[in-house]
Parts: sequence; C-alpha cells; structure tokens
Amino acid sequence: MTGQTDRLQAELDRPTSWPDRPARRGAPRKTVASWLFLLLGVVYFALPLVGTLIFSLRAKPMLSAWTDMLNDPQVWSTLGYSFVIGLITIIVSIVLLVPTAFWVRLRLPRLRPIVEFVTLLPFVVPPIVLVFGLITTFSRPPLPLTGTNLGSDVLLVCAYVILSLPYMYRAVDAGLRTIDIRTLTEACQSLGAGWFTILWRVILPNLRVSILSGAFLTLAIVVGEFTIANFLARPMFATYLQLIYGNLAYQPAAVALISFGITWGAMGVIALIGRGSQDKSEIGGAH
Amino acid sequence: MSYLTLTGVKKQFPGGFVAVADFNLAMEKGEFVSFLGPSGCGKTTTLRMIAGFDQPTTGRVLIDGTDITDRPPNRRNVGMVFQAYALFPNMTVAANIGFGLKVRGADKASIARRTTELLELIGLPGKGNRYPWQMSGGQQQRVALARALAFEPQVLLLDEPLSALDAKIRVSLRAEIRAIQRKLGITTVYVTHDQEEALSLSDRIVVMSEGRIEQIGTPFEIYNFPRTPFVARFVGTLNVLSARVIDATTGRLDVGGQEMRATGAVGAAAGSAVSLALRPEILAMGDGEPDHVRLRGTVDEVTFLGAVVRIRVRLPGDAGVASVDTFNNPHLAVPARDSAVTFSFPAEACLVLGGWCQTRVLSG
Amino acid sequence: MRWSLLGVFPFFAFATMFLVIPTSYLVVGSFRDRAGNFTVQNYLNLSRPLTANAYVTSIEISLVTAILGGILGFLLAYAVIAGGLPTPFRTGIMTFSGVASNFAGVPLALAFVFTIGRTGFITVFLNTVLGVDVYGSGFTIYSKLGLEIVYLYFQLPLMVLIIAPAIDGLKKEWREASENAGASTFQYWRLIALPILMPSLLGSMILLFGNAFGAQATAFALTGGFINLVTILIGGQLSGDVLGDQNLGYALAMGMVAIMAVTILAYSWLARRAERWQR
Repeated sequence: MTGQTDRLQAELDRPTSWPDRPARRGAPRKTVASWLFLLLGVVYFALPLVGTLIFSLRAKPMLSAWTDMLNDPQVWSTLGYSFVIGLITIIVSIVLLVPTAFWVRLRLPRLRPIVEFVTLLPFVVPPIVLVFGLITTFSRPPLPLTGTNLGSDVLLVCAYVILSLPYMYRAVDAGLRTIDIRTLTEACQSLGAGWFTILWRVILPNLRVSILSGAFLTLAIVVGEFTIANFLARPMFATYLQLIYGNLAYQPAAVALISFGITWGAMGVIALIGRGSQDKSEIGGAH
Repeated sequence: MSYLTLTGVKKQFPGGFVAVADFNLAMEKGEFVSFLGPSGCGKTTTLRMIAGFDQPTTGRVLIDGTDITDRPPNRRNVGMVFQAYALFPNMTVAANIGFGLKVRGADKASIARRTTELLELIGLPGKGNRYPWQMSGGQQQRVALARALAFEPQVLLLDEPLSALDAKIRVSLRAEIRAIQRKLGITTVYVTHDQEEALSLSDRIVVMSEGRIEQIGTPFEIYNFPRTPFVARFVGTLNVLSARVIDATTGRLDVGGQEMRATGAVGAAAGSAVSLALRPEILAMGDGEPDHVRLRGTVDEVTFLGAVVRIRVRLPGDAGVASVDTFNNPHLAVPARDSAVTFSFPAEACLVLGGWCQTRVLSG
Repeated sequence: MRWSLLGVFPFFAFATMFLVIPTSYLVVGSFRDRAGNFTVQNYLNLSRPLTANAYVTSIEISLVTAILGGILGFLLAYAVIAGGLPTPFRTGIMTFSGVASNFAGVPLALAFVFTIGRTGFITVFLNTVLGVDVYGSGFTIYSKLGLEIVYLYFQLPLMVLIIAPAIDGLKKEWREASENAGASTFQYWRLIALPILMPSLLGSMILLFGNAFGAQATAFALTGGFINLVTILIGGQLSGDVLGDQNLGYALAMGMVAIMAVTILAYSWLARRAERWQR
C-alpha cells in the first residue's frame, strides 16, 4: 500500500487520544470538616516536636545541646551498634523467611495457615514478656547466653527477628504472590539449576522491593526499641537515650529529634520503595 | 412534548479539559435512547449530569418540563444502574431494592409488596433474603435494576450495565432489560461502547466522539446513512478503498485504474484522493446486477471459516484490499490465490469519505 | 511429602527456640510455687491489690486510648482519604503516621514533657498568655491522663494506617447509589457506610488496645514506674525488685499473654468479616 492509502486509512483509523482525565469525578463534597480535622491533627502532631525543638535550643549557647550530642562519641557508637544489630537481624530474617515462604508456597500450601499463625504470635507476646521468657530460658544451662556479651547479642538479634517476624513475613509473602514461582522454578530446573541457585539468582532478586521495605521497617523497629535492649543490657541507642535523659537537661531533646529524624528517614525510604505496592497497612506499633 | 431535555449542556473540568461540548437532546416519554461512543467520548459524563453527580458548566437539564439542573442528586427522581452494580454489601437483596422507598419514608408493608413485585419482574422471586455476594454478576445487575426502578423514577439511567458480565449473559440480559423497559414504558438512557448493544436495543442512538454529538438517529439511519466519517467507522465494519476523483459533478471516480460512478456529485475537487467505504454485506463475487459497479482484482487470500468463506481481493495500483464474504457452497469452487476475479456492488450503497457525497435514500 | 517438611524446619525450629520455649518456661513457672510443686496459687494471687490494680489500670488506659485514638484516627484518615482534600495531604499524613506510630519510649515522653510538662512551652504559654494555670488546677503529665495523652501520639497514627485500606474500600459508587435512591448524607452514613466499616473499625480498635496494653518503654520513661501497669510490674520483676516472687511474675506475664491472645482472636474474626464486604 502506498503512502496515499496509508494516509487515508490512517485518517479513518485515527485513534482518539485523550489528555489526562481528572482523578476524582463527582459532585464537590463539602470539605470544611475535612480541613478542620486535618488542621487539628497537624497541630496535635506538631506541638510535641516543636516543644522538643524549643527545649533543645534553650541551652547556652543556643546550639550547644546539638553540638554536644553530635560530638558525643557515645551517641554515634550506640547508634552504630543499633544499626549493626539491625543489619544482622535483617540478614537472619531474610535467610530464615525467604526460603520458608517460598517453600510453603511452592510445596506445602496446606501449612500456610499454620505458618501465618506463627507469624501472628509475636503480637500475642509483647516485648516485655518475650524478654522475660528469653532471660528465664537462657540464663541457665544448657544455653546460658545471658552470661556473655556475645551470647546476649545473639539473644538480642533473635529477639528482634521474632519481633519483626510479622512484618517481614508479610512483606516477603506479598512479594512472592506477585511472581509465578511455580513456573519460574520449573524453568530453572529444566535449565539445570539447583535450589540454592533458584533462590539466590531468581527468587531473591525478584523480591528486592518487598525485602527492602521489610528491611527498613525492621531497622526502624530495632533502632527505636528500648525494652528488650534494656533488659539484655546491650549498648543500644534507645538505652543510651534513657541514660542521658536522667543526667542531662537539654541534650536529650536534641537526641530525641535526631532519633525521630532517623525513623522518618527510614519510613520515607520505605514509602519510596513501596510505592505502587498495595500492602501499606499495619507498619506501625510502638512500645 | 419532550420529556427529557438537555439544552446546551457543556462540561469543562478545571484545567481546561472539555468533556462534553454543546449537548442537545430531546427525548419522548417512554423512549429508549443509547449514548454510543468509544471510552472518553463524554457519554458517561453526560449521563452523570442527568443523574446529578456532575454539574454542567453551562446548559440545562429538564424532566417533564421541570428544570432539575440545580437539584442535588438525591432530589432528582431518576434511577441509575451502575457498571459495577454498586449493591450495598451489608444489606440483603430485598433491603437493597427497598432502599429508595425506605429513605422516602414508605411503610414496611408497601415496601415489602413492591419488593416482591420487582423480584418477580426481574426473574428472581423468593431470593429477597440473599446477600449480594452470594449471587452471580448477572443476578446482581438485575437486583441493581430493580433497586433503580423501585421508587418509580421518571427516568432510568444505565451506565454500561453489561460490560462487567460474560458474553452469554450479556446477550440474554440485554433482551430482558429492553423487555422490562417496554413493559414499564419508562424513559431510558443507556450508555455503551458496544455498537451491537446500541443497535439492537435503542429507539434512537446518540453517537458521540470527543465530547461532541456526531449523529442522532434510529439504528437504521445511523448504520445506513452515517453523516460523518466517525459514525461510519465506529458503527459496523467497513471495507475501505482509495480512489481518485475524475469528475466531481458526475461523481466519476478512478478506483485502481478502473472507472466507476458514485450516485450524485462528489464533494471533492477533481484529482483529489477520496476513500470508498463499502459495507461488507453489499459486496458480492461476480458481475451482479446490470447497473452494479464492477471491480476487478486478484485474490490475495481465501479463508474458510465454515459457514462463511472470506475472499480478500487486492485491487490494482494502490487502491487497497476488499474483503468479500460469501456463504459456503459445497458445489461452487473457491477461487484460487492470485487468480483474477470480479466483485460487484450497487453504486448507491457505497460511501465516499474525505470529500462527502450524500447517498440517495434507498427506496422502500 | 515428609522430606519436603525439612524445608520449613529452620523456621519452626527458630520460632520454637526463641518464642515457644521461652513462653512455655513462663507458663510452667506460673504453675509452680517456690519449692517447685504444682499450684494455681500464683494466679489466685493476681487478685491481690497491687497486681489487680495493675491489670485494671493497664486495661483502662488501653481502652481509653484505643477508643479515643480509634475515633480521632478514623476522622483524620477519612478526611485525607475520602474527604475531598488534595492528594499530597494523604501521602503526608500516611508517611507521618508511619513514623509517629513507631515513635515511643524516651523521645516521646521527653517531647511531651517539653510540651505539657510543668515547664513545658504550652503550659507556660497557657499560663502567661491566656492566664490559665493548668498545673495549679491539678493537672500533671505524670498521671494516668498524662500517659493517655502521650499514648495517643502513637495510637492515633496507628489507627490511621490500619483503617486506611478499609476507607479505600468504600466504593464511591455506593455513595452515588445511595444519593441516587434519595438518601441524605446522614442516612448514607447510618445505613450504609458505618455498617460496612464497623468490622474494620472495631478490629482496628482492638489492635490499638493490644498495642497500648503491651507498651512498656513509654510508660517507664515518663513515670519511672510511678504508675502501676502490668508491663511496669513485669519490668520491675526483671530488675529484681517489687514482687520478689518469681512465680507470681510468671503468672502476671501469662495473664498478659491471655489477654493479648483474646484480642488477636477477636481481631482476626472481625478482619475476616470485613473482607467479606469487599468481594
């Protein structure tokens, strides 16, 4: 067909292309009440933060609380410690949960309710009870972990893995739901790959988004967690905060804001990563 | 006297986008009118303006002489059936149907009576205490219809009610909808993008594109006498051949090196390129009647579809390809590929696009 | 089939070692007396004033913050999701809620002390500018009321996060269908929206209850053990004082677990009912 016919045919087949439609149609709702609630909410949330900021600036000279804290080696060492513990927790969680979730989906679908029930158990056992049980169990033979620093660290990581279990498992499971693991596995097997290769080279890379969002959530939990860190007597960030709270006047305000900022940063990253995924619910829960 | 009237209705969204421009329509009482067009043509927006969910930027909507343009949606007496059924999940089927009456303050006895009546009408007697999620899509849509009809609205509006259903159910349910509408004699507006639905159900069709009305007419008129290229293309299928105008006044055209005459003058200059649009049912293999147009070409492809044999004929030059559908005949040989064939059609049944000519009204 | 069970062995082993066994130590210990004999006396002793009071206070605070946080959180969530406000506000409130619901312990307690403590800037503002002496009239942040106000800071956002999907699930067409049938806004809420949302609302508030009930760090940071909560008592037990009776501590912890188990069950049941609407 020559250009002429093409042009005429094209004129007839001209697709209708539309500029962007407005997002919500419908009669305009009265939004006065909405604005009011929003304002009240923002005010309630902002006041304590403002209060903390004001206090942190009351030291003489004004920024000395901030400079003191930013120059305090222990702030950074405990922060770093918390980060490292958090990182180890994340790795252990991934190593434990990704193969489990994968295996359950692939081979043991009938076990799913049981596994999901187990992932709900950490909600039933609050951190204070958990650490109570852990200390009781592991302060005696055959595994007196609480006796040594390393043992306590191990206990800490395991406690945090348990604590973040519901969120991590849900994130990984949600991610697995979106990929057809059965077909992928069969393709891998027909190409000669073993289980480790399948998990490491195919499944894990496809779960990057879910794992990242679960990881940042775990990090936020670990950095902010006080109860377990306190009773296992490890130099974590939250326990250091508690210490200076008792001893200093204005510096705790500065650190409190630093801690808030860190959590916000982690959440911001989660939001950025998790954009487009549906499972945004229940990423909270303070102690 | 017009029962449902839209005058000068326009909808412009903030930001400048014009969804509906200058919509004018006068509907008789009891008439079934479809708004037909591709997605985004403004048909649903117009329907929502009748229902009151969107406000027209300018223009008025009148029902039975009363201007309802400024009334909120819960003060108009129109019943709407949504594409996604929108049945209230926390209520039984009966409660859903009776909802409109309940908020109007009717007493329990009359609500119950009317609900039973409607359940009969939609063919689901006795299913009143089921819940929506216990029913199939087709059943849910029928309940939605009953809910819209319960309070005896002046106008019934349906927003692509069958799009979410399976093909088989679509066909049976649309017949039921039409039967119910006829029985009740209720003025109805039906929005759809499916031309088969619009053609088979409506008294009149409003074909829309990009916010504008392309044509209003009966299904027969819309199909046989499309007034714009869009309507011709959108309703039914077309074979398109390219031609060149030899003589505009006499309607002589050059199609693939062969001369033919359209009926009447052609509204394009001599030498310019136009398109011939041919409905598949007017083409036939062979020479046809003495006064038919005959065109020669070579067979490109023959497809055996069972009852129908589709022969694609390529015309010489760059005129294009025509698909001729013939009924299967075991006693007749099917032409071979690359063989020379002739097909024919009555001149007055073709449409000339890109330079319009008015086709003569068919006698009878 | 049996070999494939091996694949989930690490998971169950881990959960057993670090969750089930510690908890069962507590369970077993709660049924023992000091000499190691079986007894239910520990549970009976829970009704003593100190412990009973702890449960009552904990439940009361959890209930108040769950209901208040639930209602206010729902209103805020509805305002930014379905209330006609521009989308950036929704994203902002959602992200902030994600942060605030994790914000607890010392930083949170501090923040409120700096705001409505005795020398907090709002207290001072009310006193100097509006002439209202809050502390003079008996209010103190180191009280049940103060703790509830502080708890609200993470309860409210948690509600916003949990209820958001349910509000999203309120189909716009239901509102339009109800208007089309002639219902007013009030009738829509009374007959359609609230009934549909009720399972999610109740379920979320139950989760909020559980969240407050299990909280320890914030209460400890704010009141230093001054307010008698179950979590504070258990913490005290771990630090070696207050109760002196190890086994009573175990019973205390088990009482907590029992209450949490009931709340989680109630939540699961309600969540399943809510799911039914969304089909």
